[in-house]
Amino acid sequence: MYDLEYMKVLAAKGKVSRREFVQFSLASGVTLAAAQAMFTTAVRAEPQSGGHLRMGLAHGHTNDTLDPAYWPDTSTQVMFWGNLSNSLTQVDEKGEIVMDLVEEMEPSNGTATWAFKLRQGVTFHDGKPLTPEDVLASYNHFMKEDSESPMKSVLASVMEIKADGPDMVIFELDGGNADFPYLVSDYKAPIMPANADGTADWQSGNRTGAFKLESWEPGIVGRFVRNENYHFEGRPYVESCEVRSLTDVTARTNALTTGEIDWMARPDLKTLSLLERDPNIEITEVTGYAHYVLPMLMDVAPFDDNNVRLAIKHCIDRDEIVAKVFLGHGTVGNDNPIPPNVKFAIDPEPRHVYDPEKAKHYLEQAGLSSLTVDLHVSDAAFDGAVDVAQLVRESASKCNIEVNVVREPEDGYWTNVWGVKPWSASYWSGRPTIDWMFSTAYQSGSSWNENHQSIPHFDDLLVAARAETDEKKRAEMYAEMQQIVHDDGGQIVLIFNSIIAANTTSLAHGEIAGNWEVDGLRLAEKWWFVEPEA
Amino acid sequence: MHPLLRTVLQRLALGLLTLWVVSLIVFAMVEMLPGNFAQAVLGQSATPEAVENFNKRAGLDRPVLERYAEWMAGAVQGDFGVTFSSLTNTGGTVRTVASVIGPRLANTLFLGCTVAVVAVPLALILGLLAALYRNSVFDRLVNLTTLTSISVPEFLVGYILMLFLAVRNPWFYSLATVDSETSFWQHIARIGLPVLTLVLVIVAHMMRMTRAAIINLLASPFVEMARLKGMPPSRVIWHHALPNAWAPIANVIALNLAYLVVGVVVVEVVFAYPGIGHLMVTAVQTRDIPVVQACAIIFALVYILLNLLADIVSIATNPRLLHPR
Repeated sequence: MYDLEYMKVLAAKGKVSRREFVQFSLASGVTLAAAQAMFTTAVRAEPQSGGHLRMGLAHGHTNDTLDPAYWPDTSTQVMFWGNLSNSLTQVDEKGEIVMDLVEEMEPSNGTATWAFKLRQGVTFHDGKPLTPEDVLASYNHFMKEDSESPMKSVLASVMEIKADGPDMVIFELDGGNADFPYLVSDYKAPIMPANADGTADWQSGNRTGAFKLESWEPGIVGRFVRNENYHFEGRPYVESCEVRSLTDVTARTNALTTGEIDWMARPDLKTLSLLERDPNIEITEVTGYAHYVLPMLMDVAPFDDNNVRLAIKHCIDRDEIVAKVFLGHGTVGNDNPIPPNVKFAIDPEPRHVYDPEKAKHYLEQAGLSSLTVDLHVSDAAFDGAVDVAQLVRESASKCNIEVNVVREPEDGYWTNVWGVKPWSASYWSGRPTIDWMFSTAYQSGSSWNENHQSIPHFDDLLVAARAETDEKKRAEMYAEMQQIVHDDGGQIVLIFNSIIAANTTSLAHGEIAGNWEVDGLRLAEKWWFVEPEA
Repeated sequence: MHPLLRTVLQRLALGLLTLWVVSLIVFAMVEMLPGNFAQAVLGQSATPEAVENFNKRAGLDRPVLERYAEWMAGAVQGDFGVTFSSLTNTGGTVRTVASVIGPRLANTLFLGCTVAVVAVPLALILGLLAALYRNSVFDRLVNLTTLTSISVPEFLVGYILMLFLAVRNPWFYSLATVDSETSFWQHIARIGLPVLTLVLVIVAHMMRMTRAAIINLLASPFVEMARLKGMPPSRVIWHHALPNAWAPIANVIALNLAYLVVGVVVVEVVFAYPGIGHLMVTAVQTRDIPVVQACAIIFALVYILLNLLADIVSIATNPRLLHPR
């Protein structure tokens, strides 16, 4: 058996082929099936270089652009950020900050000033070295006066950015923010080369990422080839990759089962069990930060009375929804938008479960014996939103609450329904830190505050916790804020949905990140072929 | 002036008028839809400032008539303008509508021509045979099959074919994903299933029309005369009946061919084929007005030209109209 172990090591290094390994194992007295399995396990343990990766995404438009301001869905995010570019930092599978284009960072001035030291030896695809001017030009592109980038509101607290020497960039914020490194890891903030006039070159596709852009037909396919000078040693493992837009889920599933692609996004939940039976297909399921919600407008009757909000929160059967609509793929929500795997997350008590008695009690407190409300939904909010609304209607009917389900068209949903109708449906991809999530959607005045929440005590705590460096104090503040959103807020969090994908067994991977889909949008860089063809 | 030539010129003039009316209607309808490009693409991220910035750059803050007039002026010169997606920031690489639509239109026309080459002769032959052997088992069988295939929604036909011919038995490609790098023969191989689907969908209409037109003519005196002269049935149909049946047949064929360009968006989605139908649907969803306008003009043009062709065929095959006294 000693020799077999040595063979396994050789197999992991790619120095012995499957045929040779199996022959050797058979001679050692191992059965054929066991030998095959041993080989696969040995090889999967260590990444092999080579191969052409073909990915099938659920999105992709002819409208897609290389400009980071307009990356609404996975196709542009995967192709132009995950494959092509890097941001200053990265969030890993555990939700921790990892250095990317930045080598060291030093906060000062109570985390209101951040000094970033750029990594040495990083070059753009055309060979030009990374300098602070590139960082300045890129951030100026996101933050300038007429910028349409959503990064602009994320970076609203940045007062000044300046270069300091050949490799330092200093950010001056208007207040302390211990989580600033998380903000600059965003996919909306890739570093682009600076033009001579100080603007950022977003058009050429020349970036610092794991792959170079070979060709791109918007809405159809993007072709990428490995960047040999990538600053993460050994990555990417695959030689080249192509990213296809296959919006129809059946076409995408067929492409995977017939071997036209190696990885697909978002298989249909209803046919997932059929896919699982295929021995050549692996299903990956990760719980991330994403969640589905039913936001109520807190400044519109009848939702302006917290008793009514609590009544509604108790008339929804979240367990049933997760089981029936999402087929168990996800964690049941508790009206707290912070997922359990984020630092400082708590599970507010008492848990909001389906309780008709409590619902009726809260209605009485509000001075009502019954209530009629409209719930405006569309599958544009999330897949299954309409089914969820039907279930809500059923469960609410036993609480003396009549829910009128209004099915809105998908077209124009985000303009006319979300944030406009008193009760609608929405989704969040979530954020890796509490401060970021709360600042984006729960702070008074934020443009994405879908509940129109305005609780002064909450806002004060938010600003205070941002700069707080004492971990214990910070945990207490965030716990209190989560409790406030849970008890007084207008948000109904139904589920933390799992990110589900499927791939052929010819691909291998490490632990999958949960912050964004497609393995943190960097799948092409992190995955490898078990047996690459030369 | 030869009456045929005169008819053609009249039709072309009417065609231009139709194009203009179509452009007006489509422009008005997209205007009436709520939301605009920035809101549609940014979705949840559409902050008021971002939307306003985009509107200013795309000139959407100007009055409707001014925008239409400007578009019209450009279109007449062949400049269909620039897609909204390339107006997302100052100094961006402009993507002209023509460059976006061009390849897609080429793909659709390729698919349409292939289907036409297969379906039209097939429909004509089946129709002729059905008329020849009418009321026989063959006739009834052909009718049953084609009516079934036309009644089933085309995406279902597509899925069934995909299941049996690509997934269960890997004879065809399950996806018709082509791009600028596919060679001619690879392209043909890739569109095997979509072609089959579309053939099944359009053969019925053409075949039944052919059969009906010929059977109708079989009751006329000159056919009776030919039969009395002792001619075999095939010659009666081929030589005497068919030439008179071309007019209605040509009309049906033109209608179906126009459908092949304009109406196959469902098949395009099922097989992930990058055609112009899907492009237009996406453009409407994202309110990319220049693309929608250009697509609408192209679709209208296709209908007009094909109808014109059908009319020319009708006149050309009718000696009375061709050589008027």
